[in-house]
Amino acid sequence: MEALFAATLGILTASGVYLLLRARTFPVVMGLILLSYAVNLFLFAMGRLKTGMPAVIGRSAEYADPLPQALVLTAIVIGFAMTAFILVLALRGLGELKTDHVDGKEPR
Amino acid sequence: MNHALILPVLLPMFVGSVLLFAPRLSLTLQRSLGLLSTLLVLLIGTYLLGLADQGALHSYAVGNWQAPFGIVLLLDRLSALLLVVTAVLALFALIYAVRGDDARGKNFHSLFQFQLMGINGAFLTGDLFNLFVFFEILLIASYALLLHGGGAERVRAGIHYVVLNLLGSSLFLLAVGVMYGITGTLNMADMAVKVAAASADDAALLGAAGLLLLVVFGLKAAFVPLYFWLPRAYASASAPVAALFAIMTKVGLYSIMRVYILIYGEQASSIANLAADWLWPLALLTILCGVVGALAAASIQGLLAYLVVASVGSLLAGVALGTQQALSAALFYLIHSTWVAGAMFLVADLISRQRGDKAGNLVQGPMLLQPLLLSALFFIGAIALAGLPPFSGFFGKLLLLRAAAPGIEALLLWPVLLLGGLLTLVALSRAGSTLLWRTGRDVLGRAERDDGRTLAAVGLLSSAVLLVLFAAPVLAYVQATAAQLLDLAPYMQLVPAGERP
Repeated sequence: MEALFAATLGILTASGVYLLLRARTFPVVMGLILLSYAVNLFLFAMGRLKTGMPAVIGRSAEYADPLPQALVLTAIVIGFAMTAFILVLALRGLGELKTDHVDGKEPR
Repeated sequence: MNHALILPVLLPMFVGSVLLFAPRLSLTLQRSLGLLSTLLVLLIGTYLLGLADQGALHSYAVGNWQAPFGIVLLLDRLSALLLVVTAVLALFALIYAVRGDDARGKNFHSLFQFQLMGINGAFLTGDLFNLFVFFEILLIASYALLLHGGGAERVRAGIHYVVLNLLGSSLFLLAVGVMYGITGTLNMADMAVKVAAASADDAALLGAAGLLLLVVFGLKAAFVPLYFWLPRAYASASAPVAALFAIMTKVGLYSIMRVYILIYGEQASSIANLAADWLWPLALLTILCGVVGALAAASIQGLLAYLVVASVGSLLAGVALGTQQALSAALFYLIHSTWVAGAMFLVADLISRQRGDKAGNLVQGPMLLQPLLLSALFFIGAIALAGLPPFSGFFGKLLLLRAAAPGIEALLLWPVLLLGGLLTLVALSRAGSTLLWRTGRDVLGRAERDDGRTLAAVGLLSSAVLLVLFAAPVLAYVQATAAQLLDLAPYMQLVPAGERP
């Protein structure tokens, strides 16, 4: 499971970084979204990868760390709000600057 | 527990939320509420400053959940000082804004309060993940404030600013994730204990996470090579927002001081003083890049934005030296550079408003409506920024120069800092003579003059004089702050050993 998880994270991050380096706002936003997926999964894995463990102390001898799950939840909420904001900003940029280039003007 | 600790966060949050109903409130009421709240935050900040100056560390367990399981707020001399610096800056920026800038778009006052909440929270929190959350609050408020009033140039600068900071947030989470995965705690004081006891294998990973955090804080603090977003963003923001943003780079610097003195400080076994090797050359490069940018700037706002970058470099040099003397010099310089840079953004806007379409561009323009007053303000601000006597910048630079130990440190710092001061002076003289002297004969019909705005600019600029008049108590305070920062034992004892998981 560790290898699969690590490979998923790697592919997500690599795709995210690649898209982030594009020159148009839409791929950049997609890149940020992929990157935030990778980060959320990574945070989740920091509680160690376990299956079928309760996140409550005392129910069984071993338990899943509940804190990373709370952190991921916070990160998802914040990431969602930020993504919504950058999407609206990108659309506003397209409207005001008449281009979707990240620099706000077409390269000559 | 002293509940005053959480008020600088709760009060702006409450007032900001009330102001969300802005369409139902009259503009006068919104302005009064915003000003009242900011004034109260200043009063609370002053009270906390007195409390912190007694020397003890105060922690506040939010919801009475004890550390390391709950989130704690931590008040020491450093956080109290920064609270007051922020509140003073915010008050004058808001007084400037209520003279018209707040009416150019919606929800200005609400956003301003949320911005204040985020900044205060970042200064007060003692929890690393909570620091991330407050960073996000202050960032999302700053995105909206930057774009406030609209315009193509702001959107252009805004896209860069937002994308870079979103990337920074991702890196922040990665670093915090690694640190939690290894130490099992998010409380900074507790983490300092765990990092000090880390094994060699873990130390390598913790070091990687620490350097990742340095990238994030570097992005906020805007040093080389991560400052490219700043000049355009600050130059395009409206004047009161740009003035308030003078504190934003200091949030990054504050985080650097907190994390790299407390967690990766002297006690951190094999990764002790992790950031120092990086900060020192970057600081010197930042000063040079900042002043070169200022020399090449095409508008007065752009010039001031580059001077903010240069001042970050000077502050960083003090942090990188890391001695008590250097830290106290950096803190004194921090107070000065925040207030004077903020004031200069306001003065630049006063000048721009009397130049019609030419605004802040460094080209020949019409005669100013109040040439004498504005020239005098510009002159005082320029002398303070360039670090010449008799104003506060001179003392800040002098303290920093004296803090460098004789030898290679002084050999590098002295020429860079002094050359930086000289080039700042050249850039400001060029800008000042173009804006104030190379003018036409006639005053523009639509030149704006507003005594409220002038008063706000004068009030904030008077800090350049007041910081010199009251240099002795300020200096005593910052020296005590530096001593407290470097004495790690009381921080380490904040989380009782028995309660550690």
